[in-house]
Amino acid sequence: MDIEDYIDSGILELYVAGALSEKENQEVYALMQKHPEILDEVLKIEAAIKTLTEAASPDKTQAFDTVKVRLGLEDTDHKVITLKPKTRYKWYSFTGWAACILFAIGFFWLANENNQLKNQISTTQSTNEFLEFQIEKANKSLTESKKLIAVLRDRNIISVPLAGQAVYPDAYAKVYWDKSNNNIYLDVQGLPTPPEGKVYQVWSLKLNPLTPTSLGTLDNFKTDENKIFTIENANDSEAFGITLEPAGGSESPTLDQLYTLGTVTATS
Amino acid sequence: MHLDLLVEKFQQQDVKAFESLYNMYSKSMHGVIYNIVRDYDLAEEVMQDVFIKAWHNASNYSIEKGRFFTWILNIARNAAIDKTRSKSFKNTSKNLNAEFFVDILQDQDNLDNKTDALGIKKYVSKLASKCIEVIELLYFKGYTQKEASETLDMPIGTIKTRNRNCINELRLMLKI
Repeated sequence: MDIEDYIDSGILELYVAGALSEKENQEVYALMQKHPEILDEVLKIEAAIKTLTEAASPDKTQAFDTVKVRLGLEDTDHKVITLKPKTRYKWYSFTGWAACILFAIGFFWLANENNQLKNQISTTQSTNEFLEFQIEKANKSLTESKKLIAVLRDRNIISVPLAGQAVYPDAYAKVYWDKSNNNIYLDVQGLPTPPEGKVYQVWSLKLNPLTPTSLGTLDNFKTDENKIFTIENANDSEAFGITLEPAGGSESPTLDQLYTLGTVTATS
Repeated sequence: MHLDLLVEKFQQQDVKAFESLYNMYSKSMHGVIYNIVRDYDLAEEVMQDVFIKAWHNASNYSIEKGRFFTWILNIARNAAIDKTRSKSFKNTSKNLNAEFFVDILQDQDNLDNKTDALGIKKYVSKLASKCIEVIELLYFKGYTQKEASETLDMPIGTIKTRNRNCINELRLMLKI
C-alpha cells in the first residue's frame, strides 16, 4: 500500500471530521500506529480544524471553574479539610502579626519614653549643678559683700580716693587702707579694661623724695567680678598710684601711663 | 504531557487532566456550537454541558474508534443540534441556514498556531465557496460523507478529494 496515495485520498480529513464508519476508523487507527507519516498528517489536519473552529468562537470562553462547580468536583469533604486550617491559619496569622506590631509599637514607645526621661534627668542634673553653683557664688558674693561693708564701716580704715590723670581723665579708683592689719582694699571699678598684653600695677608712694614701691599687679583684673583687690601694704604710704605696665609689671612706674593717683590726707 | 496520556488520565477521572483538555478544546467546541446556535450565552452553556457529558461518559471513549478531538467534536455538534430542536430555542426563531461559519470567524491574535497576524478571517474568506460549503457540512455540522454528497449533489468520491484539497488550502493559509 502506498502511504502517500493513502494520505492523498482524503480519508484522514474525513477521519478527523468523524465522517467515517466505525470500521474505517479502526483501520485508520491501525495504520497510524504503523506509519508515523499518517499520524503526523492526522495531527496536522486536527490542528488546522482546531484553529478554524476556535476562530468561530466570538470571545474568550469561561474558565474551567464553572464546569468544575457544576460537576461538584470540588469535593465538600475536601473543602472542609482545606478550609478549616486555612481560616485558622489566617486567624492565627492575623493575631500574631497584630500582636507583633502592637508589641513593636509599645517597645518603641517605651524606648522613646525612657530616652526622654533620661534626657530629663540629665537636664535636671545640669540645672541642679548650675543652681548649686549659683548658690555657692551667691554665698561667696554675700560673704564678700559683708566683708566689704565691714571694711567700709571700720573707722580705723582710711579711705583714699584716686583721681583720673591725663592719660585717662575719667578713670577713678579708691583705696581703703586698714593700717591695723597692713592691708589695702583697692576698688578699681572705675578703671577701663587694660588692653591685651598690659596690666595695671599698683604703687605706694613716698612724696619727699618721690619714691614708688610696687604693691603688685592686678593680673586677674578682667575676671574679678567686684573689682576689689586685697593687697598687703606695710609701707608708710603717703600716696597711691596705678599705672598701665607691660604684662608682668615694671621695676618703676611708667609715669606717662599713670591712670589714677591720690594722696593720703593727713587728717585721716 | 502527551495527549494520549492526558486522555487516559481523564478517563481515570483525573480532574487536572480534565482541566487541561478543557483548556485545549473548550474554545473550539464553543466555536462549533456557536456556529449552530448563534447565541453567545447559549453556546457557552451548551459547551459546558458538552464537557460535563464528556466527563460522565469518559469511559465510552476509545482511542481505536477515533481522535479525542473528534469524539468531543461529535458530542458538541449533537448537543448544539439538539438545542436547536428544543421548544424554547424554536420560539426564539433564528434563520440558521442563512450563514456559514465564515461569517462568524473572528480575527484573533491568541490562536495557538502559527496563524499570521493578518488574521484568519481574511485568509479563510478567500477559500472557494465550494470549500466553505464542504468544510461547514463535514466539520461544523457533522455530516457524513454520504449526507454531504446528497446535500451538495455530488459523488461521494468528489466530496472526499474536494475536502482534502480544501483542508490543504486551509493548512497552507494557517501554515500548518
